[in-house]
Amino acid sequence: MAYSEKVIDHYTNPKNVGTLDKSSKKVGTGLVGAPECGDVMRLQIEVDDATGVITDAKFKTFGCGSAIASSSLATEWLKGRTIDEAVTIDNMDLVEELNLPPVKIHCSVLAEDAIKAAINDYRVKNGLEELAFEEKGVH
Amino acid sequence: MLKFPIYLDNNATTPMDPRVLEAMIPYFTEHFGNAASRNHPFGWQAEEAVDYAREQVAQLIGADPKEIIFTSGATEGDNLAIKGVYEMYASKGNHIITATTEHKAVLDTCKHIEKLGGEVTYLQVKPDGLIDLTELEAAIKPTTILIAIMYANNEIGVIQPVKEISTIAKKHGVLFFTDAVQAVGKIPVDVQKDGIDIMAFTAHKMYGPKGIGALYVRRKNPRVKVTAQMDGGGHERGMRSGTLNVPGIVGFGKACELARLDMEADAKRLSVLRDKLENALLQIEEAYVNGNREHRLPHVANISFKHVEGEGLLMGFNKNIALSSGSACTSASLEPSYVLKALGLGDDLAHSSLRFGLGRFTTEEQIDYTIEQISNTVHKLREMSPLWEMYKEGIDLNSIEWAHH
Repeated sequence: MAYSEKVIDHYTNPKNVGTLDKSSKKVGTGLVGAPECGDVMRLQIEVDDATGVITDAKFKTFGCGSAIASSSLATEWLKGRTIDEAVTIDNMDLVEELNLPPVKIHCSVLAEDAIKAAINDYRVKNGLEELAFEEKGVH
Repeated sequence: MLKFPIYLDNNATTPMDPRVLEAMIPYFTEHFGNAASRNHPFGWQAEEAVDYAREQVAQLIGADPKEIIFTSGATEGDNLAIKGVYEMYASKGNHIITATTEHKAVLDTCKHIEKLGGEVTYLQVKPDGLIDLTELEAAIKPTTILIAIMYANNEIGVIQPVKEISTIAKKHGVLFFTDAVQAVGKIPVDVQKDGIDIMAFTAHKMYGPKGIGALYVRRKNPRVKVTAQMDGGGHERGMRSGTLNVPGIVGFGKACELARLDMEADAKRLSVLRDKLENALLQIEEAYVNGNREHRLPHVANISFKHVEGEGLLMGFNKNIALSSGSACTSASLEPSYVLKALGLGDDLAHSSLRFGLGRFTTEEQIDYTIEQISNTVHKLREMSPLWEMYKEGIDLNSIEWAHH
């Protein structure tokens, strides 16, 4: 199976690899997946609490090229959006942008889950209630 | 000068030796006869070529030419051996013993046997990939008709104690079948010394063409028979019908002859290269060899690099180096290698493995390049790996409640 140009580009030059201070109140962390399943994503957002805008996003991913590309692209999309906008990012948008084949759709689902987990982590830290998300059930 | 891509997946298939191709060419055009045409020179020529190749094949494994049944490959050989014995020896019993690390062609055939009403025992292997002989012997019952244990494993290269297995089989009057695809032509395999009753092997894993293989079926002490699985003209002593693939057989014969002559030198050279590769890669932190290192094919290594995922790792260099991984991220099931799991490896380590299969045309320059590329990619991906970061912070990954999906 050949990888799309965009997947290769994100894999070769991943955007926003790194770690934010997870103890900070401004930072939301989402850790999803499992080593046994062959992919683990950690996605972090830093939010400006006055405006709700995501000022920074970082990721680290254990997984295949498509998983790395999905999380790299997700961090790019997150920066500059408000957390309310970020919630609407759909895994199929990632699939389309990266031209992921059907067997790799679960990578995009994981990235969407990571975004939502990071947002909820931020919300809980700031005294807001967790948002309920419906299961995608693709994995 | 290095030429790309470098091929290090010789357990999957090998390139054909140009000397094999040369031997085959006349049998496509000039000598195209059907080896079963008894009444004209075209048939005689084809038959003569097949007879000669049968001798070359037999000689490599210490067999009599009459004991060689040509097949389309080892999957067919595995099927014919197991189903053929099951049918032929039905009056004696219906129990087969195999192991969990066998090739799918054996395991799925055994599943088929179970559907037919047969009974199959799947032996677990020890953490080094070898079967436990005591367990094997204990599994034998009065209804046992066949022990099916591979010679050497395709993923980890571990060589099973074939002689000891055949001794146990003989003691209990049970037939011993071995899938020797990875071993024949690479290490000395002798059906007499090893006490093998039935053995499947194939040309394309030993620098021969695809689509041709053989099943060794013992004729003496004991005389073994398998029920044909295809009806037709009664070729190959009635055990495998179908017009013989003459060019393929000629190529297979040539490949066997070359293997017999080159094996010792090839094995010596490749074990030096393999050890160089393995030792260099083991310098990387948290890298582990999978399977027994002593009882192992000289050209195979299987290594896990903890906290990086195999397919992601391959992507770092797979334009230039052809390798395979125990990670199953590409397969629909998302299950990692069942062989590595059978060794007791956690799924995470199984996902992190690479399989190296060196071959006759592998050079030291290629190995040096591979070492460099893999080391660089492992380091790069670990910088990106949340698991590596946690490991470095001293967090026990088992203490985390992962969301299994």
